[in-house]
Amino acid sequence: MRVSFKRWGMGVALVALTVLSTGCATGPNANPKDPLEPMNRSITRFNDALDDNVLKPVAVGYHDYMPQPVQTGVGNFFHNLSDVFSTLNNGLQLKGRQTAESLMRVVVNTTLGIYGIFDVATPIGLERHPEDFGQTLGYWGVPNGPYLVLPVLGPSTIRDASVIPLEFSTDFVNKHDVVAERNVASVTRIVDKRASLLQTTDLLTGAALDKYSFTRDSYLQYRRNQIYDGNPPDEEELSDPSAEPALQNH
Amino acid sequence: MNRFLSRRTFSVLTLGVAFALGVGSAVCASEESADVFIKRVSGDILESIKADKSIHSGDVNKIITLVDQRVMPNVNFLRMTASAVGPSWRQATPEQQKRLQEEFKILLVRTYAGALGQVNDQSIVVKPLRAAADDKEVLVRTEVRGKGEPIQLDYRVEKSADGAGWKVYNMNVMGIWLVENYRSQFAQEINAKGVDGLIASLSDRNKTNARASK
Repeated sequence: MRVSFKRWGMGVALVALTVLSTGCATGPNANPKDPLEPMNRSITRFNDALDDNVLKPVAVGYHDYMPQPVQTGVGNFFHNLSDVFSTLNNGLQLKGRQTAESLMRVVVNTTLGIYGIFDVATPIGLERHPEDFGQTLGYWGVPNGPYLVLPVLGPSTIRDASVIPLEFSTDFVNKHDVVAERNVASVTRIVDKRASLLQTTDLLTGAALDKYSFTRDSYLQYRRNQIYDGNPPDEEELSDPSAEPALQNH
Repeated sequence: MNRFLSRRTFSVLTLGVAFALGVGSAVCASEESADVFIKRVSGDILESIKADKSIHSGDVNKIITLVDQRVMPNVNFLRMTASAVGPSWRQATPEQQKRLQEEFKILLVRTYAGALGQVNDQSIVVKPLRAAADDKEVLVRTEVRGKGEPIQLDYRVEKSADGAGWKVYNMNVMGIWLVENYRSQFAQEINAKGVDGLIASLSDRNKTNARASK
């Protein structure tokens, strides 16, 4: 126990050292939301290589060759698992109606929908209200902290990454006892997730001049929007330089 | 005399009617609230997409025509481009400003051409507007409903300069504002290579995208 704690401590120290030694982006062009940019960029390169060579080809194959009803069933099954956590997190955010609806979804889909394979809740008017632990922290005022790209997992923030151990330890798939089934479930979940993002990533590639900062800015805006349930307060509005008289070059 | 008078009366009357009609339609347009404007325009565009099979197959030229005819008249694209470019906009020459708008438009059209091709049974629900009657800039919130979960799609609209009608100057999909998202990209290019560098990067991106879609 002592040894494993020591090892954990060393791991943390090593990560901290790596972060520090990779250095923070400084200078006039550094983005205040992304002080870890150099490190994030190198992790992104690693993730992209992994994605190009393994994840994306597998997800494309899954998307193209797996019968559509199976894909829908798999997606529904994992949605149902995450609805359990949405129920919990809606509760932690004291959102009464959303908590009740999420709970009803789980009950209806697990029973009538046969372990969540069929989504019978949506057609009867029970909509999803996805909430995770990161959003709960955000709801109670914990700021994002710097943008952080995680190996394999991708875009995150310091706040959202801090709850990963909690999410991991309460996750149904990870707690499942039969190792073989657990592995199959973990891989299937990743492939399902990646396949659902195929169109988005294709769009990103075409739309961005710099895919890294485009992804970062999208992710941070998207997350902020989620935390405010689609209705975030206005940030300072962008000025409209076309409205003012043009300055002469000086 | 009588005749002259009557003819004169007639022409005055005609003029009057024409004027009244003109004013009438102008009043009508300015009285249209922002949410009704979005509902009308987006419904209109959705219908033309549904009606045209070549858009579904991703015919970029067809989509550009659609955008020019149905979308651009309702958008203040000058403002969109200028705010995405930021303070450097004012240092850019008119020629550079024109090129920036052209390339940015192509980039957006090509990017969203694929998404437009997937429109089939969607409908747009405009949410209740929270704005005072005399607001010059209004946030209109909508939801695209179809199969799967509803997609949040919001617009920022401004009263157009002549006071008649509205123009869109920013939009967001699932909380991601378009102009904000291009801002740091553009700033990055301008800081490194100047306005001409940004124009070159945009045009390179467009050429790559054009090759990829063939």
